[in-house]
Amino acid sequence: MSGLLAILGKDLRIELRAWRSLAPMALFSATVFVIFRFALDRERLEGGIAAGVLVTTLLFASLLAINRIFISEREEGGFDLIRLSPCDPSMMFLAKTAALTIYLILLELIAVPLFALFFLDSAEALPALAPVLVLAALGLAAVGALISTIATMSSARDLLAPLLLLPLSIPLVIAAAGAASPVLEAGGPGFERYGTWLAVLGLYDVIFCAIGFAVFDYLLDE
Amino acid sequence: MKARLTSAPTLVTAAAVVITAGFGMVFFYAPLDADQGFIQKIFYLHVPLAIWALLGFIIAGIYGIKYLRTNDPAHDARSYVLIHQSVIFATTVLITGSIWAKAAWGKWWIWDEPTLVSFLIIFLLYATYYPLRYSIEDRERQARYASVFAIVAGAFVPLNFMAVRLAESLIHPRTFATAEGGLPGSMALTFLVCFIGLGLMFFALIKFELEAKRTAAELSRLERQLAPDYEAPYRRTAAPTDLGASVSMEADRPDRGSL
Amino acid sequence: MSLPAQSDTAGGSPAPALILDGLRRDFGDRPGLPPVDATVAAGETLAVLGPNGSGKSTLLRILAGLLRPSHGAARVLDAEIPKETWKIRGRVGYLGHEPLLYRDLSARENLAFAARLHGLDDAEAKIERLLGDAALEAVAERRVIELSAGLTQRVAACRAVLHDPDLLVLDEPEANLDDESRERLEKIFSRSGRTRVIASHDRDRLRSISDQTLELG
Repeated sequence: MSGLLAILGKDLRIELRAWRSLAPMALFSATVFVIFRFALDRERLEGGIAAGVLVTTLLFASLLAINRIFISEREEGGFDLIRLSPCDPSMMFLAKTAALTIYLILLELIAVPLFALFFLDSAEALPALAPVLVLAALGLAAVGALISTIATMSSARDLLAPLLLLPLSIPLVIAAAGAASPVLEAGGPGFERYGTWLAVLGLYDVIFCAIGFAVFDYLLDE
Repeated sequence: MKARLTSAPTLVTAAAVVITAGFGMVFFYAPLDADQGFIQKIFYLHVPLAIWALLGFIIAGIYGIKYLRTNDPAHDARSYVLIHQSVIFATTVLITGSIWAKAAWGKWWIWDEPTLVSFLIIFLLYATYYPLRYSIEDRERQARYASVFAIVAGAFVPLNFMAVRLAESLIHPRTFATAEGGLPGSMALTFLVCFIGLGLMFFALIKFELEAKRTAAELSRLERQLAPDYEAPYRRTAAPTDLGASVSMEADRPDRGSL
Repeated sequence: MSLPAQSDTAGGSPAPALILDGLRRDFGDRPGLPPVDATVAAGETLAVLGPNGSGKSTLLRILAGLLRPSHGAARVLDAEIPKETWKIRGRVGYLGHEPLLYRDLSARENLAFAARLHGLDDAEAKIERLLGDAALEAVAERRVIELSAGLTQRVAACRAVLHDPDLLVLDEPEANLDDESRERLEKIFSRSGRTRVIASHDRDRLRSISDQTLELG
C-alpha cells in the first residue's frame, strides 16, 4: 500500500512539474471539439450526437496519457526498481490506474465545461454526466494501464496501444454514450436506462481492474 | 505422439461424415421456415460457426491462464491455434451473417442485429492479436503477453455481447423464437447435427495446425542437431515456434501464485 | 570451477552467499550467458571479467532477481533462484548500466522514492548520510537530468545501497568516471561483511579489490 502511494505520488509530482499528459490532453480535446463543429457542420449539439462527440473526444484524448503512462518506467528503470524492492509489482498497476483515473477526471473537469460552452444551451445536464464520466474514466484507466504495459514492452509501442485499446473500449463507449445521450437531450436531461448503463460501466471497471491486478506481475517478469 | 497423429485424420473423417449428414438434413429433412423461406437454412451454418468461434475464444483464454500458471509453451501454442481458427470461423460468421442480412432485409449490413455487431467488434479485437505477437521479439515474453491478451479478450467477449445487446432496443425476430416459442423438433435435430459436425471440423483443424507446428519445431531441432554450425536465418514470426516437447525441463515455474 | 571460499575477514561464515550451479540464460536461440559455476562466501567480492557480450550483465541481472535463468540454478542469500526470487527482493543492491533514476525528480526525491518502495524507516537520516558520503549535498535538490554522468552515477550508487543490502551487484560501476567520483563510489560501496559481485573489463583494477574472479567468454 505504501508502494502504491509512493508510485502515485511520484507520478503526480512529475506530472505537475512537466505537464506531459494533462496539457496535451486538454489542448487535444479543445481542438477536436472545433473539428467536430466543422465536420458535423453544427453549432449546437444535443442527444446522441452530443454524447457521441463528448465520449469520442475523451476516449481519443485519453490515448495520449495512456501512451505515456509507462514510458518513464521503461526508459528510466521503474520496472527494475519495483522488482528490486519488496513492494508487490501489482501495486504499480493500481498506482498507474489511479494516476490515469486522476488525469482523466481532471481532463473531464476542463473539457466538459468547454463542451457545454461550445455546444450546449445550458449546463443543467452536467451534474448528471458526472457519475457516468467518472466510471468511464476508471474503466478506461484500468484497461489503459494494462494495454500500455503490453505496448510499452513491445517494439511497436505507439501503434499497439490504440490498436488494442479501441476495440476493448467499445462496451465502455456503448454504455457511456447510452447513458449520456438522454441526459444531453435538448428538452432537458432524461434518465432512460441510466441505471442500467451505470451498472454496465461499473461491471466493466470491476472486471478489468481485477484482471489487470491479477496478470500485471506476469507482464513485468523477464 | 502416435495417438495424436492418428486422431487428426479420425477427426477429419468424423467431421466429413457428420457435416455431410447435417447438410443432407438441411436440404432434405428440415422444413422450410414459414417466415423466411429458403434463406433461413443459412442458420444451420451461421449459428454453429458462431458458437464454436466463441467457445474457441473462451477456451483460448483458459489456456492463457494455464500458460501463465505453468509456463508450458504447449499451452501458449494451444491458445494461439484456438484463436487463429476462431478468427477464421468468425470471418465466416460475418460473411454468412451478411448474406443472411441481404436475403432477409435487403442490406448487406445491418446494425440492429446485436450478435452480428458483437462479432464484428470481437473480430476487430482479435485481429490485433497478430500485430501484438509480432511486435514482441522475445519468445517467452511473446507467449506471456499473448496469454494475457487471450485472458483479457476472453473476458471481454461476454461483456461485449451484453453491452451490444443492451444497446439494441429493438431486436429482430430470431429463428429460435417461432410462434410456438421454440424450434420445431426437426429443425432442432438438424441444427444439432450441423453443430456437432462443425465442432468436429473445428477441432480437426486445430489438431492439424498444432501437428504442423509440432512437426516444424521437430524438423528445425533435427536440423540443428545434424548441422550444429549452420545458423538458420533469423525469422520473426507471430506464431509460436516452441511447442514444449523438447524444452520440458523448464516447464516448471512453481513460484507462481494461482490466478 | 567452483572455488573454495577463502576469506581472511569473515570468521567462519555459515553459508555461502552465492552458489551458482550451471546457471545459463538464452535469448531465444541466441545464448546470452554460457553455463556458470561459482561459490562466494558471505562478505567476499567476486569479480566478473570478460569482453563485451560475454554475458556479464546477463549474469548480474539474474543475481539481482531481474532476469530469469533458462537453465541451472543459483542460491542467492539462501534463496533458490528462480523459484524463490521474491525472497531476495529488497536484499540486493543493484547498479546496472542504467542509473534507475527519474530524470524529472531531484537526487533527494529519487532517493526518497526508493526508500518508500523499500519501506525504510528513518529514511531521511540515511539519505542525508549517503548524500554526505557521496559529496552530493550541493546538488541534492537538482533534477537528475541536470546532473553530469559522474554525479548521476554517484546518486545511483546511493540508491543502490540505501536499503543496506546484503548483496551488492555492480555492473561496471566505474566506467567513464573521474578519480574523484571513483573514490566516492568506493567509499559508498565498501562496507565489511557485505558480499559484492562486480563486473568490469578493467581487470587490473578489479583484481586488487576482489577475493576471486570469474572469467566469462
